Amino acid sequence: MGIAKFVLKRVLLGVLTLVVVSIVVFALTQALGDPVEAILGREAQPASVAAMREELGLNRPVITQYSDWLSGLVTGDPGISYTNGVPVLEVLGDRIWNSLFLMLVSALVSIPISIAIGTLTAARRDTAFDSTSSATSLVLASMPEFVTGLLLIVLLATNVWQVFPAVVRIRPGEAPWVDVGALVLPVLTLTLGVVPYVSRVMRASMIEVLESDYIEMARLKGLPERTVVWRHALPNAIGPTLQVIAINIAYLAGGVIVVENIFNYPGIGLALRDAVTDVNVPVVQFIAMLIAAIYVVVNLLADVGTILVTPRLRTRLQ
Amino acid sequence: MTIVEAGLQPGLASGRIDPPSGRRGVLVATLGLWRTRIGLLLVAVLVGIAVIGPLFAPYGGTEFVGPPFTADAPDTLFGTDKLGQDVWSRFLLGGRTILLLAVVSTLIGLAIGAVVGLVAAYNRGRLDNVLMRTMDVVFAFPNLLLALVAVTTLGRRSWVIVLIVAFTAVPRVARITRGAALGVVERDFIGAAEALGESRTHILGREILPNVAGPLLVEANLRLTYSIALIGALGFLGFGVGLNQPDWAQMINENRPALSTAPWGTLLPIFAIALLTVGVGLVADGLGRAIAGVDRARPT
Repeated sequence: MGIAKFVLKRVLLGVLTLVVVSIVVFALTQALGDPVEAILGREAQPASVAAMREELGLNRPVITQYSDWLSGLVTGDPGISYTNGVPVLEVLGDRIWNSLFLMLVSALVSIPISIAIGTLTAARRDTAFDSTSSATSLVLASMPEFVTGLLLIVLLATNVWQVFPAVVRIRPGEAPWVDVGALVLPVLTLTLGVVPYVSRVMRASMIEVLESDYIEMARLKGLPERTVVWRHALPNAIGPTLQVIAINIAYLAGGVIVVENIFNYPGIGLALRDAVTDVNVPVVQFIAMLIAAIYVVVNLLADVGTILVTPRLRTRLQ
Repeated sequence: MTIVEAGLQPGLASGRIDPPSGRRGVLVATLGLWRTRIGLLLVAVLVGIAVIGPLFAPYGGTEFVGPPFTADAPDTLFGTDKLGQDVWSRFLLGGRTILLLAVVSTLIGLAIGAVVGLVAAYNRGRLDNVLMRTMDVVFAFPNLLLALVAVTTLGRRSWVIVLIVAFTAVPRVARITRGAALGVVERDFIGAAEALGESRTHILGREILPNVAGPLLVEANLRLTYSIALIGALGFLGFGVGLNQPDWAQMINENRPALSTAPWGTLLPIFAIALLTVGVGLVADGLGRAIAGVDRARPT
C-alpha cells in the first residue's frame, strides 16, 4: 500500500520538523539568551538574579529544562506564565479559539475569491481585466501586511470613509462573532495577503488546463464557454494549486500576528506581542509551538491531499 | 538577433557565459519594461529620502517642538507627533535604519544561502539531502514568529535582528541557487575544470556562481522586499532597534492613536514603506521577466 506508507513517512517528517523547531525555539529563548537578564536588566543585584533563577527553574541543566518543557508540551502542560503564575493554557484559553476563528473565516473568504479571480483572468487572458488584476496582485504582494492593514484603516475606518471600526471590541468570554462589522477589516487584510499568490497560481494552472484536449472536445461539442470553464476546466485546475492554497492557509497562522495587533483582536497574536514585551518565556514558547504545529499540519494535509487528488502521483507510489 | 541574444553569443562559444555581456543583456531587457522603470524610480526616490533626507531635516529627531499630536503646529510642515517632536524631521530621519538593516540582512542571507545552495548542488547525494531537508525545516516557520521568539530574551539589538532576518532568507536563496546550479553542474565545462584539477572553491566560485547570477539576482530583490517587510513588522510591533529613535515602522505605531486628528505622523511613513516595497517588487518582477526571456533566447 504505497499511499499508507507515504502518509506515514510524511507524518514522521512532520513530527521531526516540530522537534527541530522546538529545539530552535528553546535555544533562542532559554539556552542562548538569558530570561532573567532580560527581565531584570544587566545591573540587577546578584541576589535577585539568583533568586529569580531558582524560582523559574532556570538553574537546572539545560537538557533537563528542555526535556521537562518538551514533555510538558506533549502532555498538555505547557508551563506557567512568568507574569502572573497562572498556567499558560488558562492565560490563553479563549484566545486560541479566537485566532482559529479568524484564520478560518479568512481562509473561507480568500480561497474562493482567489480561485474565482484566477479562473476569470485565465479565461480572459491578456485583457484589461487580466493586466489590471496582475498589476494589483504585484502591488499587494509587495506590501507588508501591516501596511495593507493600516491603509485599509485609513481608507475605510478613519480618514477617507468611516464605514468600519478601526479596532475590534470583544470582551473576554464573548464569542468573536459578536461584532461582525468589526471583523471585516481584519479578514480583508488577511485576504489581501493571500489572494495575489493563490490567484496567480490558479491562473497559470487554469491556462494550462484550458489548452488541453478534453477542453477542446467540450468546446467542439458545442458546450457554452461558461460551462466549459467552470464545470470542466476548473475542477482539473485546482489539483496543482492545492499545495499553494495550503501554504497560504498556513501563512494565515503567522499573518494573524500582525493583523491582531493592528485591530486589537484578542487572539494569540496579541498575546504573543505582550508576552514578548514582558519576556514571558513559557507563553512565547507555547504560542510559537502552536503556530508551528498548525503550519506543519496544514502542509501535511496539503501534501497528502495533492497525492490523493492527482492520480498520476498516486500510481507512482504504487 | 535581439540585443539580448547578441549579448550572450560571445560567451556561448567558449562554453561559459561571460558575466559582463550576459548581465548587460539582461539589464537592457529589464530596463525596457515600464514596470521596472516605475519601480526603479520609486526605489530611487525613497532611498534618496532615507539617505539624504536627514540633511534637510529642520529639527532634530528627538527635539521638542510643540504640543503633541497637533497637526497645525507653527513652524512645522506636518505637525507634531506623540512626544511633540516634528513629524517631518522624524520622517526624513526615519528611513535609514530600516533600509540599512534590511540591506545588510539580505546580503548576509544571500551570501550564506548561495554557499549552501552551491555546495548542495555540487555535492549531490547525502550532503545535498541533509542540507535541503534542514532548509525545509527552517522554512516551516513563519518569519515574523521566528524573529519575535529571538527578540524575547536576546533583546532588540541590531545584531540579533540582522542575523535572524538573514537566517530567514537563507532557505529560499539556497533552494533557488541549488536549482539553478543543478542545471549548470551537468555541463561539460565543469567536467573539464575538474579534469584540470581546479579546486572545488574555484569551481563553485568562478565557474558555477556566475552562471546562476541571474536567478540569484531576482531572488535577492525578492528577499529585500521580505526583509524590509519583516524589519518593518518588528518595528511596528514595538520591537525595533533603539527607543524613540526616528524609525518609519515605529512611527506608524506610535502615532496611530491620533490617526483621525493628526494623521501625518502615521501616513507619511506608511506611504514611504508602501512605495518602497512596491518599487522593489516591481524591479524584481521586471528582472524576473527579463531573465526568463533571456533563458528562452539562450539555445541549449
